[in-house]
Amino acid sequence: MSTPKERVIIRGGRVIDPANAVDDTLNVCLAGGRVVSVGHCPDGFQADLELDATGLVVCPGLIDLAARPGEPGLEHKATIASETRAAAAAGITTLCCMPDTRPTLDTAAVVNLVKERASLAGKVKVLPIGALTRGLNGKDLSDMSALKQAGCLAVSNAYAAVINPLVLRRALEYAASYDLLVILRPEDPHLANQGCVHEGAIATRLGLPGIPHAAETVAVAQVLALIEDTGVRVHFSQISSGRAVQMIRVARTQGIRVTADVAAHQLQWTDACVEDFDPLYHLRPPLRTEADRLALCQGVQEGVIAAICSAHQPHEPDAKRDTFPATEPGIAALETLLPLTLDQVTRGSLDIMTALAALTSQPARILGLESGHLSPGAPADLCLFDPAATWTVNAETWHSQGRNTPYWGCCLQGRVRYTLIDGCLVGNWTGIHTQR
Amino acid sequence: MIHPPALPHGLQLTADGRLRHFLTVEGLSRELLTRIMDTAESFASVTEQSVKKVPLLRGKTVVNLFFETSTRTRTTFELAAKRLSADVLNINVATSATSKGESLLDTIRNLEAMHVDMFVVRHDESGAAHFIARQVAPHISVINAGDGWHAHPTQAMLDMFTIRRLKQRFEGLKVAIVGDIFHSRVARSDIHALRILGVRDIRVVAPRTLLPTDIATLGVTPYCDLDEGIRDTDVIIMLRLQKERMSGAFIPSLHEYFSRFGLTDSRLVHARPDVIIMHPGPINRGVEIDSAVADGSRSVILQQVSHGIAVRMAVMSMAMQPAITPEKTT
Repeated sequence: MSTPKERVIIRGGRVIDPANAVDDTLNVCLAGGRVVSVGHCPDGFQADLELDATGLVVCPGLIDLAARPGEPGLEHKATIASETRAAAAAGITTLCCMPDTRPTLDTAAVVNLVKERASLAGKVKVLPIGALTRGLNGKDLSDMSALKQAGCLAVSNAYAAVINPLVLRRALEYAASYDLLVILRPEDPHLANQGCVHEGAIATRLGLPGIPHAAETVAVAQVLALIEDTGVRVHFSQISSGRAVQMIRVARTQGIRVTADVAAHQLQWTDACVEDFDPLYHLRPPLRTEADRLALCQGVQEGVIAAICSAHQPHEPDAKRDTFPATEPGIAALETLLPLTLDQVTRGSLDIMTALAALTSQPARILGLESGHLSPGAPADLCLFDPAATWTVNAETWHSQGRNTPYWGCCLQGRVRYTLIDGCLVGNWTGIHTQR
Repeated sequence: MIHPPALPHGLQLTADGRLRHFLTVEGLSRELLTRIMDTAESFASVTEQSVKKVPLLRGKTVVNLFFETSTRTRTTFELAAKRLSADVLNINVATSATSKGESLLDTIRNLEAMHVDMFVVRHDESGAAHFIARQVAPHISVINAGDGWHAHPTQAMLDMFTIRRLKQRFEGLKVAIVGDIFHSRVARSDIHALRILGVRDIRVVAPRTLLPTDIATLGVTPYCDLDEGIRDTDVIIMLRLQKERMSGAFIPSLHEYFSRFGLTDSRLVHARPDVIIMHPGPINRGVEIDSAVADGSRSVILQQVSHGIAVRMAVMSMAMQPAITPEKTT
């Protein structure tokens, strides 16, 4: 890792900075861990490090709103050290950690532990998301003020539901007292009913218990009504259905303060992938229909869904070595976040500016971060990637401890060359470099 | 560019199209289903002889691996294997190692180490037979004896065998499947088999709570009225209604269910006079079927049970065929 005082110049790259609507071949100067200029270098700027970005896209570092790096308590799946390394290799400079760890992130002590491990790893910025309720039990409020003091910008109940709407309302209000963002994964547990795939023709054919659209829309409707009552700020995590996109679209036009994200793989696949009982496609929320997939893409392009997240959930091999319903849901997805998002650009469903905004400036805005853009003075968190480079997912190129991805052995397009955090190069780049 | 590798199709067939595992009826050809029935026909005569054995699977070991209780299916598989001269091992996992925490995969690995040749698997989770078929050594065949709500292919084949024996054809038949379609692997496998064999008029009859979403995509017509659903049918397949369905709010009461969907003699006037009544068993008298119908002249329920042995002999011998062919030639 280079020292933070370093002055860096990045020459000849295609700078895409969605927050400033910049898309041009420009030089970028960094100093003291901050962006100094984009375009002309200040007179007399002497760089300690010069990066040739010819053929590369230079954009703000990616900000991932939903990841599960395994610590504390799930070190057999992944560790903060392994997953921050993977994040850095994937161009991710800020990683939000969901609170469903063991123990949960419901006390300042556990939050501090995560921050400490992250600082020891010394790679990306890790933002622990606090638990909305104690132990995610859905009943008792967590000590949110203490969580905020410990550094949490947001609280969430992760995949656990708050069943009682009165408790949910009070939790939202209490969070709002400390200006904490509340991240909710909307799913009605009774309607989801321990399903493992989208309820539809494929679930019917395979005889797998389905999760209906209504499991998501009922929860979205409930939360929207509570936001209307309380005025609190809510972010919906991992929207999976077209109907929920429409509900959020309408709510936003009515002035309700709500944002949403989608997992990159939800833009890519449908429940047809489950056809052969392949547990790598056992995801939560489940993959839905082609109509849903198209609506989600459109939602991102329109800005109704502001952000794209990885929903990274690494698992040990045994977690996926059982019958489909008995396997654990989730996909290791940090390192496929950028390639999958870029593929939506190639397919024409997103334009490059929207796609990169959904990975950078939008999640920054949702969390209230000062990063996510390349304005002078902004933290020098950058991602330099080669959009044309292809790479094969294998033990040499993959960094996450979790290998639960259907892309194992596959060729992906779009490869990160350099990740800078506060102006410093991070990552072990030998082995990551691939040929164009 | 970003597309995961093609899913491994044809898990249950060999490269030359013969049966290696029997996991689901879906995707198989009409020819193959017909061959199963023809083979079963040849075994049916064996089971009617005084000496009921053929030496086709002599020296082979068949493991009945039942993770869910069953009497009929397990015993007919056991009889079928024994009549093919195989050694049979019955393992009831509910009282065995997985209750001590052993994983499904470890159970399979341990049995494999005992050099067995075939697994007959019943499991309460959909996809279990597929999972096991992917894990076992190449010489081992897996027969699905029922996985979750997904498939029960030998039941479907014995149902088809019964229909063929009694109706001599499939084209033009009207078939109604009545009852808890939602939780029924038998219904799913029967629907696939009937479609493959050329039946175009297949109805599923149940209250909406017991019909799975988008069931029509399987090529069937849903009905919520029994009289309408069985009108002019040649075959009625009744399904067992598990009594615990009331607690899941699927039906209000057994009484109301029987009054709307229970098959009685008076209901049968809507079907064709030569209609046959089938049921995979075990039957709930007075819940989905009246005793007078179950025991009546149009009921073929007990014939289904005997046909089950011949059909299972056929499937087991065909699945072991690639393995036993070389021995024949030497």
